[in-house]
Amino acid sequence: MNTLAQLFFDAASLGGIYAMAALGIALIFGVMNLVNFAHGQYIAFCVFALIVPSTDAVAVVFLGRAPAFLLIPLLLAVGAAAAVASEYAVFRHMRKATPVAMMISSFALGFVIQNALLATYGGRPKAISLWPELNTPVTVIGASVPLLQVIVILTTLIVVAGLALLLKKTRIGLEMRAAAENFTMARLLGVRANVVITGAFALSGALAAAVALIMATQTGVADVRMGGQIMLVAFIATVIGGLGSLPGAVAAGFLIGAASVLLQAYLPLDARPFRDAFLYTLVIVSLLVRPQGLFVPSSAKPRV
Amino acid sequence: MPDKHTQNRLLAHSTPLILALILLTFVAAVALTGDRALARMAAETLVRVTLVVGLWIFVGNSGVISFGHAGYMAIGAYCSAWLTLKPQAKALFLPDLPAWLASAEWHVFPAAIASGLLAAFVALVSGAAILRLSGIAASIATFAFLAIVYTVYSNWEGVTGATSSVVGLTRYVGPWVALAWAVAAIVAANLYANSASGLALRATREDEVAARASGIDQYRHRLLSLVISGFFTGVAGALFGHSLGVLNPDSFYLGITFIALAMLVVGGIGSLSGAVTGVLVLSLLIEALVRLEQGVSIGAAALALPSGAQEILIGVVMILVLILRPAGLTGGAEFRLRARTSRLSFDQEQTTTN
Repeated sequence: MNTLAQLFFDAASLGGIYAMAALGIALIFGVMNLVNFAHGQYIAFCVFALIVPSTDAVAVVFLGRAPAFLLIPLLLAVGAAAAVASEYAVFRHMRKATPVAMMISSFALGFVIQNALLATYGGRPKAISLWPELNTPVTVIGASVPLLQVIVILTTLIVVAGLALLLKKTRIGLEMRAAAENFTMARLLGVRANVVITGAFALSGALAAAVALIMATQTGVADVRMGGQIMLVAFIATVIGGLGSLPGAVAAGFLIGAASVLLQAYLPLDARPFRDAFLYTLVIVSLLVRPQGLFVPSSAKPRV
Repeated sequence: MPDKHTQNRLLAHSTPLILALILLTFVAAVALTGDRALARMAAETLVRVTLVVGLWIFVGNSGVISFGHAGYMAIGAYCSAWLTLKPQAKALFLPDLPAWLASAEWHVFPAAIASGLLAAFVALVSGAAILRLSGIAASIATFAFLAIVYTVYSNWEGVTGATSSVVGLTRYVGPWVALAWAVAAIVAANLYANSASGLALRATREDEVAARASGIDQYRHRLLSLVISGFFTGVAGALFGHSLGVLNPDSFYLGITFIALAMLVVGGIGSLSGAVTGVLVLSLLIEALVRLEQGVSIGAAALALPSGAQEILIGVVMILVLILRPAGLTGGAEFRLRARTSRLSFDQEQTTTN
């Protein structure tokens, strides 16, 4: 029971991070068919926004010094601003380009952000201590888990619920759902394309900032490469969940988190280093079984 | 006098000739300067030409973006290392190799062929599953394939040396060897693209449903092109290893995947000429920026870019090219001789990429 509860918390908190990142990617994919490879760099950018720019090994906390009630909205705004700025600078000029060209340019943008961070902050990972008290373990239903895990799970639930409310109850949410369903038709019916796209980018950037806060607290390190791995898993979650399906992205994020925690726990010791190989094999199998995604919206069927 | 259609078909074969001449001029110009660093750059560029042309055989004709080719490259590179390294070195660094492989000491050329064949075989097996998908699901599956290869090769201690590098590969790949393989890849790519299978595959790229309605077996043609593509990518991997002398699984992961795709897209994904153009343009640009970063003196003034500027500028240039020319520099056209005037020109039979 004890280990089961422990596994559950590990899976749910890892899955929660993946789910939030996957939402960030799915939101943008839904409205403009862009697979945004720069998302991981938004995360890294937000982590580095916490500290004073310098190439020294010791990080001086800058934004991170603000009290939590100020810091959280501030960092979410930084993430949103970064994403919106990138849309303005790059993707706005590519509305007519093929998805492949957009994908490659998002990769190029990520490359630019990453190298700009490297140039300003240096290549070595830096230690930052953001809310270290959150890593102290607490006991929940017989399992000793870091407080942060509980917070991550709760945050994910709040974010997902908040996003669902936003999408269901507000005008911009309605427009976004319409745009995700059929962008051309939505525009014909008076949905303002630029507003919707800017909104999607802002939300996506804010989600990246949330992931950044969690990762910075969890690892205590600021590293230029930290967004990359998460982004790839999130990208896979988006596809497995069914492209364009936001609930699908969340569910698939949790599913991948659970699968990777379970594989880590139950694979034989010799096979454990190869965990990711098993995980990605499962990904291929899942795609072969349900090519349109596990949680498919009716609009995902290819039309002729 | 053959009719216009036959003439056109024949002239399609002028493309590899023109591309080979461009590459030959490039290598000859570099050889004339006698600069060692330039010769090395030329060899690396031509290995990349082999890689990107290999990638194009599948991606360009089928329209399916593959993130998995770095995996075929890794398979080729390590295969060549297993076959050509001295048995003593293998006993020391790669103790778990099977006996027949541990004692093998092949010549580099058959080893390169064998590397290509192994990669082609893996492409056949992996493609048999992955190519049942299409569109973005297929792309993600190829990425999952890459991640599997990467995980296995960076943890299989006794066979691949895991994350500690395999060293001591014969560094026989200079500009001329690389040129020979690059030209071979270009000729093969052109032959395939103009074969019945290649044309059928390009039909599926333009319109999957219409092609299927015309009786084209999309799966079979995609698989065939992936196998040919896997062969040249595997060879490119072997060449890559033998030009650096060192192998590490990290060289065959996301970095090379994206650089290769970026070269393809910047050049123009729809045409073979685009693939070659992309590699040449980006490689030369990177080289120029690296030199600028080290500093050049113009007259009395020494000019140097701040470090890190090279990568940032490359990214900015890529974005600008994609914004200004979304279909790539060549816009999907081939360099070829034109029927009537018989002079070098862009072919206007524009094909859109999708």
